[in-house]
Amino acid sequence: MRIYADNAATTKMSRTAIEAMLPYMDKIYANPSSLHTLGQEAKEALENARERVAKILGCEPREIIFTSGGSEADNQAIVSAARIGAKKGKKHIISTVFEHHAVLHTLDKLKKEGFEITLLDVGEKGLVTPQQVEEAIREDTALVTVMFANNEIGTIQPIKEIGAVCRNKGVLFHTDAVQAAGHLHIDVKEQNIDMLSLSGHKFHGPKGVGVLYARKGIALTNIIEGGAQEKGRRAGTENIPAIMGMTAALEEAVKNMDDTTERVAALRNKLIDGLSAIPHSILNGDSENRLPNNVNFCFEGIEGESLLLLLDDKGVCASSGSACTSGSLDPSHVLLAIGRPHEIAHGSLRLSISEENTEEEIDYIINAVVQVVFYLRSISPVWRDLTEGRQQFVIK
Amino acid sequence: MALYSEKVMDHFRNPRNVGVIENADGVGEVGNAKCGDIMKIYLKIENDIIEDVKFETFGCGSAIASSSMATELIKGKSINDALTLTNKAVAEALDGLPPVKMHCSVLAEEAIRMALKDYYDKNGIAYDCSIFPDCDSCDHCGH
Repeated sequence: MRIYADNAATTKMSRTAIEAMLPYMDKIYANPSSLHTLGQEAKEALENARERVAKILGCEPREIIFTSGGSEADNQAIVSAARIGAKKGKKHIISTVFEHHAVLHTLDKLKKEGFEITLLDVGEKGLVTPQQVEEAIREDTALVTVMFANNEIGTIQPIKEIGAVCRNKGVLFHTDAVQAAGHLHIDVKEQNIDMLSLSGHKFHGPKGVGVLYARKGIALTNIIEGGAQEKGRRAGTENIPAIMGMTAALEEAVKNMDDTTERVAALRNKLIDGLSAIPHSILNGDSENRLPNNVNFCFEGIEGESLLLLLDDKGVCASSGSACTSGSLDPSHVLLAIGRPHEIAHGSLRLSISEENTEEEIDYIINAVVQVVFYLRSISPVWRDLTEGRQQFVIK
Repeated sequence: MALYSEKVMDHFRNPRNVGVIENADGVGEVGNAKCGDIMKIYLKIENDIIEDVKFETFGCGSAIASSSMATELIKGKSINDALTLTNKAVAEALDGLPPVKMHCSVLAEEAIRMALKDYYDKNGIAYDCSIFPDCDSCDHCGH
């Protein structure tokens, strides 16, 4: 038995996506840059996919660049805006403390080149306000980049309003929509978005493919140099099978979004209610402005990696923001950003569900988490100190 | 390849000597919750022999497995044997630990030494300070 609840990490590919890819592996496999008929068929498919993605995002086909994924799209958007800004002497960028590392590490690189970076706080709820953005914008601000929804705690940011502030001030606005695409309504015009990144594998599409939307007129800086693909903005033979699979998956996700959201959010709420009953546990991130599939808890007195391993033994695939699972010495920067102390952040659990999960599975997950948390607490010296009064509980 | 060896997983899933010894002759606690691991070792000592040993651990899979293995390695042994237990021996007995997890075996070694130091202190036995870790928190992450 296996229950997959790690959809924020990646999703299972849908049959629709797989079937959309197959013809482009062994039938229309030619290089879309080739002049022969087979090549032109591939080219046609590519441009057809571009039109379909553009239609979903509410933009023009020429504003869509296919990339190797969300990280590449984030890198290219931010570096491009930085180069545009630098030409006008603008070397200030605004972002938030809890962005994905694809954004934060790119900003670190620019900082070394002399850019000044302002990272806005997100408060205990994990939300940034348009007012914060407005107050942080300066004469020399080249870019505002704020994620659409957070990958760990699922909080949804007021993108349209932040976009309006940026538009009003004449500052470029990028959003990392990797967790939002296929799950939330996106319309780049209506939401005042200049640049947007998305990734194919977060909505049942393939890995290794993504999209950068860049409003026409924004001069992009190449991350990958080489051929003239993607109008010279991204070199490398287009990954047609992946692009076709991603496009089909995105269409399907958007078509079913209303139904899926309702059903998945109901499962999420059931999961949140069940886990809230565990003493000294707390939901991370705002409960209202939250992705329908995201549940993230901290349990006091235990560590996340051992929690994950024991859940895995019970067949539940989940993830954690503990340092031990991140490969670094510090726990999740997102949990620290919303004010969770180190010792609490180590005991975190992220469950990201999908429309494939059932109510029975949610019941099973709740039961499994309750058992594992209870067991790990029974062997934890921290829990003993807390329950015997030698230490104060942080989570009431 | 799995993250951990079969032996680590066995000691993690079925830890030996978990628990508390009431009125223990020596208790040692090392690590820091901020860093994500704390180990506490309880010893029952008679005639310089470790008659019983129990542990409690807050930490990752390898921290729990290291504590379990370390207690097995010293149970029934003399104090001198326990004092010479190295983190390397703990890691080897577990068929190895990933490099980033080696500090878990260090914590196990230190927790045992701190418990023995506590035993010496409680009983007014003189000892050479240099054989004990002077740090009562973890040294692997700077907290």
